[in-house]
Amino acid sequence: MTAPSVATAATRIVAATDASPPYVALTGVTKVYRRAGREETRALDRVDLTIREGEFLAIVGPSGCGKSTLLRLVAGLHLASTGEVRVDGRVVDRPQTNLGIVFQSPVLLDWRTALANVLVQVELRGLDPAAYRDRARRLLTQVGLADFGDRYPHELSGGMRKRVAIARALIHDAPLLLMDEPFGALDALTREQIRLDLEALWLATRKTVLFITHSIDEAVLLADRVVVMSPRPGRIERILDVGLPRPRGLDARRAPEFTRATEAITEIFLARGVLHGAARPIGQE
Amino acid sequence: MPGEQGAARSFVAWVRTRGAALLIFVALFVVWEVAVRVTGIKEYLLPPPSTIWTEFWKRHDTVALGAWVTTQEILAGYALAVVVSVPLALAVAYSRFMEEAVYPVIVFLQIIPKIAIAPLFIIWFGFGFTPKLLLVFLLSFFPIVVSSIAGFKSADADIMDFARTTGASGWTLFRKIRLPQALPHIFTGLKVGAALAATAAVVAEFVASDRGLGYLLLQYNGQLDTPMVFATIVILSLIGLVVYYAVEVVERLAIPWHVSQQATAKDATL
Repeated sequence: MTAPSVATAATRIVAATDASPPYVALTGVTKVYRRAGREETRALDRVDLTIREGEFLAIVGPSGCGKSTLLRLVAGLHLASTGEVRVDGRVVDRPQTNLGIVFQSPVLLDWRTALANVLVQVELRGLDPAAYRDRARRLLTQVGLADFGDRYPHELSGGMRKRVAIARALIHDAPLLLMDEPFGALDALTREQIRLDLEALWLATRKTVLFITHSIDEAVLLADRVVVMSPRPGRIERILDVGLPRPRGLDARRAPEFTRATEAITEIFLARGVLHGAARPIGQE
Repeated sequence: MPGEQGAARSFVAWVRTRGAALLIFVALFVVWEVAVRVTGIKEYLLPPPSTIWTEFWKRHDTVALGAWVTTQEILAGYALAVVVSVPLALAVAYSRFMEEAVYPVIVFLQIIPKIAIAPLFIIWFGFGFTPKLLLVFLLSFFPIVVSSIAGFKSADADIMDFARTTGASGWTLFRKIRLPQALPHIFTGLKVGAALAATAAVVAEFVASDRGLGYLLLQYNGQLDTPMVFATIVILSLIGLVVYYAVEVVERLAIPWHVSQQATAKDATL
């Protein structure tokens, strides 16, 4: 249905490990932004990618590599300039509603409590919030906010707000979860905890997840497969199978698979000039 | 945080923060009274607070009548400003045509010193209620319309993106996201407008009137009845204060989340 005929290195790896049907499929997707009076920017260049049903896929890359653009294309918030995006077999030509989305900023509504912020998802969909109240409470408990349902966003910490945003993306039980650098603004400890909690949540629900991050560790620790992207124009460099057993607790960092995957990704970024080796003096271009 | 304990705590906090200011006010009056008596300064230059009070009490019914007239002008003009400016702001925020055609005109008109128009209103509408109402309207109108437009246009891009993934209709989006998000801005405008309303009413009465506090003020001034001038100013200030706080009470009821959010932000910076 979606098998791309272009045999790039990326697609071949996907094809080799593909077992379950693809839920999201990008074929030859290019995204060009045109602004009046400025040079056009090619955010994505001929990207082929499939995400299997129930898979946790992470995209890692430096800022400007088009990874957020890719997420917005899948959500239908932007449309591809050329190529095709399909979700569940249907071409994406408008904002998709059969998904949950989490942005870098939690974007909660200041005038609603944590519980009401979770429920706004169902209210905006024209569903009866009363029917989802118990589920919302359960979700808040699952993300560690059992006692904070009646707090307003300004009474919550950054990590708590993020947890509310995650609960809001899950309340309507959509099959696809899109996360755009969701842990970006959090401190390292909060990040680690919320990462562990997210994995537990995912293991319980087995949704298809597209997770965007600029953290190599985070991508490897969370994902089944990690897509490595390089910037200008945004391109897929490689797709890695992580192969770490789940659940991945705190000691997953000591596993040989973790080291292998992170080193492989680091090497790609070194080769692409995204990272510079330590021997290179600062300031020398 | 609602609840009786919270209310009690906030009252204690209020006394603690406002108590000092109240004390200074009382001290000011005492110093004023004593200073006037000690230096023997003439009453028509600076009457002591006690004289202001006794003179006011003698003629309080005249002042009350004037206050009633002025209050009516303030309330009617302000109400008209609210009723006209919020829907207009909506139209400008949501219609491309209105934004391109009307918004520049509003911005331009805002620059005109509105008080300078007061004499023109006398020519057009005579000496009665109408020119006062219109001047109050004119002064209150601009801050409300400008901040309401800003409010309706302030929708956060990520929130709107999230909303688009829910497939919500325009009306639902407005009711559940855009309107609540605009309210803090609208109330900022409403408060500025309320503060200007009293000024506008008095200025309009200065220009031409046979009643109201502005008229009385000019009368007492002409008679060098300084205690009554002071009394009138105090009453005027009280009216302005009540109108302003009435709006603030409505704000607290309408958007308690915003008020407490500001309070938290303030606590955090202290």
